[in-house]
This record gives sequence, C-alpha cells and structure tokens, in this order.
Amino acid sequence: MRAPHGAEIAAGDVLLAVEDVSLAFGGVKAVTGVSFDIRKGEIRAIIGPNGAGKTSMLNVINGFYQPQRGRITFKGKARAQMRPYEAALGGIARTFQNVALFKGMTALDNIMAGRTLKMRRGFFWQLIRVGPALTEEREHRHRVEQIIDFLKIQHIRKIPVGKLPYGLQKRVELGRALAMEPDLLLLDEPMAGMNLEEKEDMSRFILDVNDHYGTTIALIEHDMGVVMDLSDRVLVLDHGVKIADGTPAEVQADQAVIDAYLGVSH
Amino acid sequence: MSAAARADTFPKLLIRNARLFADRPAYRHKDLGIWQVWTWGEVLAQARAYAAGLSRLGLQRGDTIAIVGSNRPRLYWSFMAAQMLGAVPVPVYADAVADELAFVLAHSDVRFAAVEDQEQVDKILSVSERLPKLAQVVYDEPRGLRDYDHSRLHAIDDVINDGREALAKDSALGQKLDREIEAGQGSDRSVILYTSGTTGQSKGVVLSAIGCINAASDTVAFDELDERDEALAYLPLAWVGDHYLNYAQALVSAFCLACPESTDTAMADMKEIGPTFFFAPPRVFEQMLTRVMIRMEDAGALKRRLFHAFLAVARRHGEKILNGERVPLVGRALYALGELLVYGPLKNVLGLSQVRIAYTAGEAIGPDLFSFFRSIGLNLKQLYGQTEAFLYLTAQPDGKIYSDTVGAVMNNVDLRIAESGEVQFKSPGQFVGYFKDEAKTAEAMTPDGYVKTGDAGFIDPKTGHLKIIDRAKDVGRLTGGALFAPKYIENKLKFYPNIREAVVFGDKCDFATAMLNIDLTAVGNWAERNNVVYGSYQELAAHPQVYEMLARHVEETNASLAQEQAMAGAQIKRFLILHKELDADDGEVTRTQKVRRSFVAERYRPLIDALYGGASEADISTEVTFEDGRKGVLSARVKIRDVATVPVPAAMEKAA
Repeated sequence: MRAPHGAEIAAGDVLLAVEDVSLAFGGVKAVTGVSFDIRKGEIRAIIGPNGAGKTSMLNVINGFYQPQRGRITFKGKARAQMRPYEAALGGIARTFQNVALFKGMTALDNIMAGRTLKMRRGFFWQLIRVGPALTEEREHRHRVEQIIDFLKIQHIRKIPVGKLPYGLQKRVELGRALAMEPDLLLLDEPMAGMNLEEKEDMSRFILDVNDHYGTTIALIEHDMGVVMDLSDRVLVLDHGVKIADGTPAEVQADQAVIDAYLGVSH
Repeated sequence: MSAAARADTFPKLLIRNARLFADRPAYRHKDLGIWQVWTWGEVLAQARAYAAGLSRLGLQRGDTIAIVGSNRPRLYWSFMAAQMLGAVPVPVYADAVADELAFVLAHSDVRFAAVEDQEQVDKILSVSERLPKLAQVVYDEPRGLRDYDHSRLHAIDDVINDGREALAKDSALGQKLDREIEAGQGSDRSVILYTSGTTGQSKGVVLSAIGCINAASDTVAFDELDERDEALAYLPLAWVGDHYLNYAQALVSAFCLACPESTDTAMADMKEIGPTFFFAPPRVFEQMLTRVMIRMEDAGALKRRLFHAFLAVARRHGEKILNGERVPLVGRALYALGELLVYGPLKNVLGLSQVRIAYTAGEAIGPDLFSFFRSIGLNLKQLYGQTEAFLYLTAQPDGKIYSDTVGAVMNNVDLRIAESGEVQFKSPGQFVGYFKDEAKTAEAMTPDGYVKTGDAGFIDPKTGHLKIIDRAKDVGRLTGGALFAPKYIENKLKFYPNIREAVVFGDKCDFATAMLNIDLTAVGNWAERNNVVYGSYQELAAHPQVYEMLARHVEETNASLAQEQAMAGAQIKRFLILHKELDADDGEVTRTQKVRRSFVAERYRPLIDALYGGASEADISTEVTFEDGRKGVLSARVKIRDVATVPVPAAMEKAA
C-alpha cells in the first residue's frame, strides 16, 4: 500500500485536494468552482440530484475529463494534465455506474486484468510463461485469490461474468478495482439496481475494504440510508455547485440540502 | 477394528491414527483456490497445540464449548481439542438466527465458543446478555474483527500458536495434556447434539464417547471403509449426520475428510476431490437430477437423443448389473457403451465418479429418483436412523436393495415394532439422555429401556427389511375412511423438478388438498425458454401458465395414486402455489429442511380454509424473518385451482 512516488501520507491527512475546479462541455456547465478534499482512510460520499455533476467530478479526479479551471493535488503533488492510465498508475482505481467488465472473460480473468499495471514482465515473457514470468504470475494469482476470498466469490471464479447476475458483476468489478491495490478507490453508484440483501452485502464489503486494506474510498450513491451509514463525510453537489460538505448528520440537517435534494425526493 | 475398540475416546483414536497413518492425508481444505492438506500426524500436533492453548484460556474438564460455523478443519479440530481436555463440544447450526443460537448456548451452559467468522461473532455478541457463563470466544476467520474488543475474543490461529509455544517451552504442560487425554473415559459425554426440532423446541442429545465409537465401528466395518477412502464434509456440523459420517467415521477408519472452499462451491469442489464415500439427503440428489435434466433440455438434439436412449438402457439393466443379477449379454454390452458415452461423463460432472458407497436418508426418497442414480451405476443406498441412536439403525447392504425399504437392521442393534406400529430400538450408539431434561428422556423411553422413534413402520416379511410409512402421528384418514399418508403423496409430487416442496392436507377432511412451492431453478429456466417475464418469486409462482403446468403434475400424481388401492382414496382435489418459499428462518421447515406440518397449517390457516371452502382465491399476509433477524410482513393474493381426480376403479374389476 505504499505510494509509488511522493511523500508518505498518514491516515487523516489530505490525500486528494480539489480546488476551485470547473468543467464545462460547450455551454453546459457540469461543475462550477468546486473545492473539497478527501482524507486518507476515510469513506467520502458525493451525493446530489440527477445531473448534479457527481460522475463528472469522479471523471475529473481520475483524469478522464480535464477541468478548464482549478487545481487537483493528489498525494501532495499538484497535477497537470493527466490521463486515466496515469491516474491508475498513481493509485486511483474506480468502478463504473454501468458495469464495465469483459463479459466473455471469467471472474478470475477480469480481476487478474486489474493487476496488469503491476506486471513487470512484458508481453513476450507472459506469452511463453516460464521462469520469472511464471513466478510473477503466481504472485499475482495469489493476490487475486485473496481478493476472491475477501469478496466471497469463489463459486463464480471460473464463470464468464456475462452470465452472472448483476449484483455479482458489481462485486467482480469491485474486485478488479481492488486488484490494483489503489490508494483511492472511486465507486460510481456501487448499489444501483440492487435488492436489499445485495445492498447489505455490498455495504459490508465497502466497510471491510476500508477497514482491512485501509483503502480511501470516494463513492457516489443515491440510497440515502447507505450513504448515511457508510460515509465519514458527505459532499453535496447541485447543478455543479457545492452546496454542503460535512458529516452525515451535519449534511442531513442542512437546509440547502433538504431543499435541493432530500426534501424533494423523499 | 480391534484398535478402535481399545481406544474409547476420540482423542485416543486420533493418537492411534497419528501413529498408524502419520503420513496419510487426514484433512483437506481448499483455501485461496488451492487444496491444503494435513496428515494425521499434523492434525494431532495441531489439535494438541490447540488444546494447550484452550486450556491456557481456562477451558476445563466438564465445560461445554459451542462450535458454530461451516465445515472447516479448524472447527473439526475444535471438537478434538475440546475432547482432549474432557470438555464437551456442542455444535450449533451456522444458519441459526441469533435467538435460536442463544437458546442452545444458554441451555447447554457453554463457557467457550469456537466460531467461524465475524457473522457468528456478531450473533453471539448480540445475545451475550443471555449467556452469562460465556467466557471466551475463538474464531477462525479474522476478517472484519480487527477492531473488536479482544479481551474475550481470540483467533484460533493465535490460540494454536500460543499453545504450541507453551508446549515447546514447558514439557510439564505436554505431560499434563497427555494425562488429561488418558483420563478420558468411554463413559464420558463426548458431544451434545441439539435436534433440529421437527417436533417443537430442540433438545440436547447427549452421546457417550464409547457409544459413538462403537456405533461408528459397526458401520465402518459394514461398508469396509479404510484410510484410503475420502469424503467431502459439506453437511451442517451440528447435524448428527455430519458428526457421525464425517467426524466419527473419519477418526475410526482414518479416512480423509475434505472441507470445501465455501458452501457455494461444495459441488464443484466435490468434482475435484472425487470422494469415495458420499452422503446426501434426497433433496441434494433431487437438485442434481433437476440440474442435469435442465441442462439436457438446453443441449443439442443429438446429445439429447443419446442421453435419453441410454437412460432407457440404464433403466432396463443398470440396477440389475449393480446388484450382480443376471443380465443378457446384449444388455451388458449396451450398458458398457452407455457407461462410456453417457453415465461415466455424467457421474464425472456430478463428482460421483469415484464414489464407492453413497447413502441417503432424512426423508423418504422418491423411488424413481433413487433408481435413476442406481441405474447409472452409483451405489446409492438408504439408511434409517436418528440422533438418539447416533444415526444408524438400519442400512441397505450392497446388492440387496429394495427401494421402498430402508434396509436391514444393523449389527448390534436391537429393533422391534411396538403394538402401535411404532419402531423402537436399543443400539450401541444409543443416547445417554437429553441434556438437563430428565422428563423428556423418560418420555422417549419405554419402561423396558427401548428408545421410541416416533416413526410408524413394519418389517417387510418378504425381504426382512424395515419399511417406514410416516411419522406415527402424521398418518391419518379422510372422513370417508380412506388412508391418508401425507408424506407419501408429497414425495410423489416432489419428484417433479418444478415442485420444490409440497404440503398435503386431508386428515379428518373430505378430500386431500396441497400447497406447493415451485422450484425457482427449474421453473425459472422454463420461463426463460418460454419468454415468460417475471420480477420475483411471488410473481412467477402466481403466473397462470405455471399454475397450468403444476395442475398437470398434480393430475398425473392423482393418476399414479389411483393405481394403488390403499392410496387411491386420497387424491388431491384442489391445490394452490404458495407466494413464498417455506423457510427455516420463519420456522416453516426445520434446519434440515423437513416441513413442520402443524406449524404450516396454523400459519396458513386462511389458505387452508379457502382450499376447503370452495373460494377461487384467498388473501394471506404472513410475517417473514430476514437473515439478520429483522421481521417484515408479506401479503399476497393466492389463487386456488381445482384438479381432476381419477375415478377409483372398483376393486377386483380386472381380476380373473
């Protein structure tokens, strides 16, 4: 879990800081002047009504979108233009709102794919699969098996993910993100479309990941019960603007939030 | 088995096995995708270190220790370690809700608990105020438990390591442990098994060490089990079947026990292990068959035809070949070809290739289901027994199988049929009594020392084997006087893959009626193939086409009942499909999946009234319990359907 570069960050310190970030697509302003931070070791929720700019925010963090204005500091390093694979190398992993797995590959292979960036041997070595390449593959497989055990998906190890029910696909996707051993894990609606039992399982896994691996987690979620139970701090966006930031209790009591979101939809 | 006879406790047997079979595999467990193996020598070392560690935590002779979780080597070793110290293990069903768990733990006065993981620790902590005697909890799987208060909580691995270090440092401790093991006697309480409670609150069945070992020695000899055999441990730890077949028989015969990776992978792990001894309740065989049949539906035309053609061959000759009877040469040749093309691969897929002896018990098995497995060459046999007998009373000997009997009385078992038709016995493994319940113990015994089983049965005069009809109290009559044996009819219904569970009513009524549960796998697959859209179990169960399909099954069942004179009167006139699955969490079935008939009747009273009242639908709302113990209310409108019955032919119509 060591940061590959930059200074070591202690739990509770700022891991990622977003300062005055704005993002627009032509005339559409997705995010306007948002500042917040994510501290190491916490579970940070980003909530807001549809179209509030939550997913755009995640996409900015992992480098998929480049903001027109503002600054992002990750592990103490202010970062310039960055592409997603650089973010991944730097220790940011994510899951997607719509499951984005390789449907024809098994759960095991999908999670293995999460280790690609950690592989030191090149394509040729892996192709002939002898000596150091084999040793390395064993190591990676061991890590992947630990994740499979952790997420309790042993029974679907060899099943193509396209055949799995949605809840399990989400779990495999989480597994693939975990395989990267990220410092920061971004979860985009991890419980969307799940039934109560699946939600409870997933909540349990998120807490366990946070507890066991010490992974910092930022998640977008619509289920208020889940958000309030899981997260340490909640950021509320509405129409691309930050309207509140604080502990679940503070946010719940905030009049602006109630007006914008909670009051309307519940 | 003279060596086993000398060792009168399980720890002594373990020491014997470690001496005779030090390097033979004793336990396997699939962990992180790889099978780990411990030899008998290693298991003894682990159990000794574990016992030393537990004794340092304060476990003493006479204490009880609860064991809660799935089949994992460390939980089996918890039995051994406890028994080394003279403590009494009390296994508890892992899926028991907190309330049930609290009852057993409080009733058995446990001071220690060895559990699998956070889930079980949480359950125990949630009821800790009801368990004032509980001093220490040890767990196998540390995940999620790091931030818990560890003053009374320890990882089993830590306990074992602590014990190992203490043993290495202090030789006196080792000698003390040896003395404790030596002090164990055959008459000691070996284990307390809580019955699943088919008939009300569960009772703690106390078994003696020598009783357990003698009973297991008899069956090990009967089936010629030895250290080369292998079994898969997937049955609930708390069930007498697991304790007998796996724990006791493994120690007596020194066979190897393989623990699956998780409950969900058991059947896949079985294929990898290839056990030689296999026990499964009829339900599991039913599910296997259902799975095969569903997959064959999806197979190509050629494969399907091949499959059905050779199954017909198997039906004709398979059982005879297995029983060593005379079969024409052509039959043998065809069967051999079938073995090559169909039965062999099929058994391989199911993980049954290596199985030498397979047993089923717990419920009556449908004769068609039974002969299906026998016809493809699986040496499947039935046994009959109960917790109070330490399992076996009768078993079918190889080659002498009559599918409607449960086999011949075992050696050393004294079995008789009482005036009332009830089966009564004295056996080597016979229980000592119910824990802290003299009154119930006395109730279960006859004045001359026989144990009452509560089952009605008779010895078949032709074969000399025992036949069980039903629970003695369940057999009834319709108002018209026709015999009504509910389980007999239910078993016929349950043979249809689409029907998972059936509860038939009719005692003291004008006609028989049924409540059915659909099998979600089978019916779901059918729905997929027929483009039937459904959102939930409830919706699928209420679908008109599903009703249509099940009505045909009930009609066929009626036709088959009409063939049998004694049963012909009790055909089903009306049925309904329940809106939810019968569930142990709601108390509708026991943890071993037996229907609690009277409870179901009470709970669904409005539906039964409607079945007999002539209405075409009825409203029902029931309380359901979720796995975490919370409760909710489920309401539904259930449709009721009439089905045609077959007129009973006048007796002797076709005679002469």
